[in-house]
Amino acid sequence: MPPDRTTLLDARAMTRALQRMAVEVLELAQGTEDLLLIGIQRRGVELAERIAKFIEKDEGVEVPRGALDITLYRDDLETVGPKPVIGETRLPGDLAGKHAVIVDDVLYTGRTVRAALDELADFGRPKRISLCVLVDRGGRELPIQADIVGKMVKTVAGDRVEVMVEEVDGRDQVDLVR
Amino acid sequence: MSVSLGKDLTGLEHLSPDQIRLILDTAEPFKEVSERPIKKVPALRGKTIVNLFFEASTRTRISFEFAEKRLSADTVNVAATGSSVSKGETLVDTARNLEAMRIDMVVIRHPSSGAADFLGQRIRSNVINAGDGKHEHPTQGLLDLLTIRDKHGKIAGLNVCLVGDILHSRVARSNLWGLTKLGAQVAVCGPRTLLPRGIEELGVTVFGRIEEAIEWADVLNVLRLQLERMEAGFIPSLREYYRVFGVTGERLERAPRSITVMHPGPMNRGVEIDSRVADGPHSVILDQVTNGVAVRMAVLYLLAGGRPELADAAKRGSE
Repeated sequence: MPPDRTTLLDARAMTRALQRMAVEVLELAQGTEDLLLIGIQRRGVELAERIAKFIEKDEGVEVPRGALDITLYRDDLETVGPKPVIGETRLPGDLAGKHAVIVDDVLYTGRTVRAALDELADFGRPKRISLCVLVDRGGRELPIQADIVGKMVKTVAGDRVEVMVEEVDGRDQVDLVR
Repeated sequence: MSVSLGKDLTGLEHLSPDQIRLILDTAEPFKEVSERPIKKVPALRGKTIVNLFFEASTRTRISFEFAEKRLSADTVNVAATGSSVSKGETLVDTARNLEAMRIDMVVIRHPSSGAADFLGQRIRSNVINAGDGKHEHPTQGLLDLLTIRDKHGKIAGLNVCLVGDILHSRVARSNLWGLTKLGAQVAVCGPRTLLPRGIEELGVTVFGRIEEAIEWADVLNVLRLQLERMEAGFIPSLREYYRVFGVTGERLERAPRSITVMHPGPMNRGVEIDSRVADGPHSVILDQVTNGVAVRMAVLYLLAGGRPELADAAKRGSE
């Protein structure tokens, strides 16, 4: 039987969600001072970029952003094997005293975020780290939660949540495949 | 289909172009790790790696050790002198004893060609060849490829000439395999006595004069002239060698294009290369050293995650 594909967010709904998330980031951080957006490779980087653009439009301030590839901080090298090509990690200057908002596409087990927290800690000591995700699909294996969520969706193991972004996939869309 | 490396890295001869590219592409992000405030990632945490060096080496051993430590592996160095090897223990016995202490990888340098393959077939740990006799020095070949790719943006179509003692050089052999697999044109230049017989049949151009090589090449990889070669009668004298084959500033000035000069070290200044070239704008010799750490991190990372069933497939060449 071919898998069932349901669209959770189309392009317009995704834009609205990101717009709202940008406002929530501003509320959470109480402005843009000390704010950093850090996207997790690969699609988190694009999403962080979008949120930064919305903030820039509203506030007229360019928020520094970075990219984080957590591959080398994963705890499953043995079981899944090495990822063929590791993405770029680039942080905008010193983290000390900054409020870093991690941006990712999907929050599931929490293991990626755990790795991201470990990796950030090796770069410096931000005064605060928050988590912002486009989709929270439940299913956590670690005590980790998001501060800002674009869309919540109930899933079971075996489901896939596919986030597509214009810059990488040619269109904006979020699908649930089961 | 995903590409993997298999269990061991003993040479470039049996790697596919895709496997070589995988290592070079994986090395790219590892360069950045060495620039971080904390130059360390936990990818190989809990792995134990033994650096088993039966031959003197400073640069290669230190480079491997940095690579291992920056991936958070635990490392032990074993040198032939002062160990049970000097009491007559065989290579396999040494390795099996180490394995009995639950190690995961062995980096081996050995004076006999084929030692790394021999060991890889007999122990379960991953084996990485850090130079075996006149056979291969694959990580040196890979870091040379990475350095060329950094400098020129590509490897295919470039003219690369290896200069010096090709006959005894494992660096030359690994370079030959790697460069030809990635589509470079390869030539060699050196005294006839130091070129392998029949090398032309491998599609390699031979230059008898360094001036011709400089005229032709985009890249010169100048090999170290081992001083014992002179004692063995392969060349009349070091001065004579420098006069005929030395890569000098004056000679490079006459090159029709800007040439990249490489050297695997340690250099004999005033023998195969002069200081004006070694320290000049054409030289990428220190970039090679920097890239060496990144390439070795990539190899360690890829092998550590490799699974045995893929190793067998890689040996059959089917991936």
